[in-house]
Amino acid sequence: MGTIHEMELIDSAARAQKALEGDLGGERMILNMGPSHPSTHGVFRLVLELDGEEIVNCWPEVGYLHRGDEKIAENMTWTQFIPYTDRLDYLAPLANNVAYAYAVEKLCGINVPPRCQYIRVVCAELARISSHLLGIGAMSMDIGALTVFLYTFKEREKIYDLAELICGARFTTSYTRIGGLANDMPADFVPMCRKFLTELPVTIDEVDKLLTRNKIFVERNRDVAVLSKADAIDFGATGPILRGSGVEWDIRKARPYGGYENFQFDIPTGTIGDCMDRYLIRMEEMRQSIRIIQQALDTMPGGEWNAPEAKIVLPEKKAVLTKMEELIHHFINVTEGINAPAGEVYFSAENPKGELGFYIVSRGGGTPHRLKIRAPSFVNLQLVPLLSKGHMISDMVAILGSLDFVMGECDR
Amino acid sequence: MSERIEIGIDQKVEGRDVIITRVDAAIDWMRKNSIWPMPMGLACCGIELMAAGASRFDIARFGAEVMRFSPRQSDLMIVAGTCVYKMAGVVKRVWDQMAEPKWCMAMGACASTGGMYRSYAVVQGVDQFMPVDVYISGCPPRPEAVLEGLMAIQRQIQQEPALKNMKREQRAASYAQPRGPIIIRGDYAPKVTAQ
Amino acid sequence: MTLQEVTEQLHARFTDAVSAPVEFRGELTVTVHREKIVEVCSFLKTECTFAMLVDLSGVDNYGDDPRYEVVYELCSLTNRSHLRLKVRVPEDDLIVDSVTGVWRTADWHEREAFDMFGIRFRNHPNLKRILMWEGYPYHPLRKDFPLAGLPAELPATAVDAGQVATAPMLGGPFVTAPGARTAANREPRQTDTAGERQDKKGAS
Repeated sequence: MGTIHEMELIDSAARAQKALEGDLGGERMILNMGPSHPSTHGVFRLVLELDGEEIVNCWPEVGYLHRGDEKIAENMTWTQFIPYTDRLDYLAPLANNVAYAYAVEKLCGINVPPRCQYIRVVCAELARISSHLLGIGAMSMDIGALTVFLYTFKEREKIYDLAELICGARFTTSYTRIGGLANDMPADFVPMCRKFLTELPVTIDEVDKLLTRNKIFVERNRDVAVLSKADAIDFGATGPILRGSGVEWDIRKARPYGGYENFQFDIPTGTIGDCMDRYLIRMEEMRQSIRIIQQALDTMPGGEWNAPEAKIVLPEKKAVLTKMEELIHHFINVTEGINAPAGEVYFSAENPKGELGFYIVSRGGGTPHRLKIRAPSFVNLQLVPLLSKGHMISDMVAILGSLDFVMGECDR
Repeated sequence: MSERIEIGIDQKVEGRDVIITRVDAAIDWMRKNSIWPMPMGLACCGIELMAAGASRFDIARFGAEVMRFSPRQSDLMIVAGTCVYKMAGVVKRVWDQMAEPKWCMAMGACASTGGMYRSYAVVQGVDQFMPVDVYISGCPPRPEAVLEGLMAIQRQIQQEPALKNMKREQRAASYAQPRGPIIIRGDYAPKVTAQ
Repeated sequence: MTLQEVTEQLHARFTDAVSAPVEFRGELTVTVHREKIVEVCSFLKTECTFAMLVDLSGVDNYGDDPRYEVVYELCSLTNRSHLRLKVRVPEDDLIVDSVTGVWRTADWHEREAFDMFGIRFRNHPNLKRILMWEGYPYHPLRKDFPLAGLPAELPATAVDAGQVATAPMLGGPFVTAPGARTAANREPRQTDTAGERQDKKGAS
């Protein structure tokens, strides 16, 4: 015979009373979402306080991918840091490379030749398409439209092929160098890119047909997480989130860099500022990127793709192996790093996720004294508590998808 | 199924000397062809893992398209990306929650050894705190390399004495230690002739 | 109004607290006295249309006095202009007023500056670590903190995950010292610092 436990008989009214007095009044629940979660788009942790299905409060936690990039930057030469920029927003590595190269070039005070600018524009816009494709694919997958994910990934594979052709790597490209590019655009890049640009609108239209007037998708996104203009600016939101709230701010138009003033394109802006607007802006931005790439390919200038600064850009290999001065420049550039002047600059580029900025403090020499990466995802994620209050858990998935953040960038 | 099920000693496979019975072979065959991965997609390698699961590289050919994010339902944890100390406890906890039999694949340089991040915040390899069976090098490894790693795990599974492992003590002992290391070169890419 | 006018207005209103602007590569930087930063920021936001705080970072100038700086990047959407403010903070009084009352986006930026440098912000709504875990004893971006890290306790929620070890630098170089002329000084052969690592991979 085992022991007999006395059961305390509590009638239902007393039990209910006890529950009310206890934690959270018995009505609220604390739910932990992440960091290992299929819908949080990376290692992002959310602690939610729920009243049934409704989110009452929300505390986001980041830092689960903090790799110490800024400290590493203080120990790497300017060129050695380029691979680390790939892994910031790893959905659009070419765009990060371009932004970093322009930032250091601004510090050094050098201008790249037009061919380099146009190639960088093509790369950045391809990266924008790639990032938006995945953003829309992942958001729809989380909402339940699984097909879209596979369609967008099929197109992304074509962009990976283009990236592999231009620099050798599908993904983490490290294509730009300070003062130019790693190598010139190969000859078969242009026809392959044009072919891709004819196939991409077909897929965008297919996705459009599947989602934009789909009742379920619209119900889940329309009027969810409305962000007002004032809040968007106050919270420092940039990119499609800021434009979704009706602020016409795109760095490519407001403070043009890298030759963007030569191209005709529109900036889609939203009116309401909800998830649907942000999705529509991303779709339209892809179409505008196609326009830009086509213009760039049509008017691609010939000539040099590296700046003529001998002390910054690695000289041509033939010259290095046969002439003394080029040999010395090559040796010093590779071993000591580019000798940047002392000073500080802030350069920001319009990345697909928002404004990617580099604040560089240099004290001369080959490595930065301080390199601060202004990551758009880090700033945009501050909006999550504001946007999610009053919505349901299932809306949280739509909100995170529409904010389109990436943790590599947020945590650096 | 035109598969020939190996019975008996097969030293060609990963240098092991294991005698398995017909029942073991059958159980191993069933397990290896329906591995359900638990994608611990932490960073950039997670995107290549998604590409391996998408239509071009199609991990579904190997029976592994069911990417279960619930550890209770998955067999293979693919640690894809940099594991930082803040996240290490989470990864270990999810690994502990997985039901046996379970295997682990460290995908990419960061998961294998810390990769290019020799810094204060990064765990220098996920095997510092959990057993890893297959390491895939690359930053990120191509999806073909991920599939090769999956096949290496399949080859390992095929040689396991499954019935013996089902006894609780032996199972715990067997799965607490890595049976590797098997290292896959991540720049594996098929030779493509000009079209 | 142009940037020139903005700086003139700033100077007119806060004569002692604001330095003359420094120009480099087309950008203006103004150093502001630590006590007046919130007033200056409010003035710039309300009167000079700098509605967006783009970035807030800490900088460690090891060896200088005051050692730390907090740098504010401001952006005016209407005038499309950019202004940088700097506040110098001494090591022995490492506290600045928080500007979260002016721009709410400063919240996480200031938490990061606290996490990485140890700079405290008065009146911050939630000054906790953001990138490292609660209870991490160091401030990683300080110049006297090594890249490889120092041994520490793992966060309380970790399960059997052991200790935070220093990253192995043996066999380096994995770091490049800035500006040194000889290769030996620039990329010194490293030995592992405190915290011997057991090579867990063992003999295969």
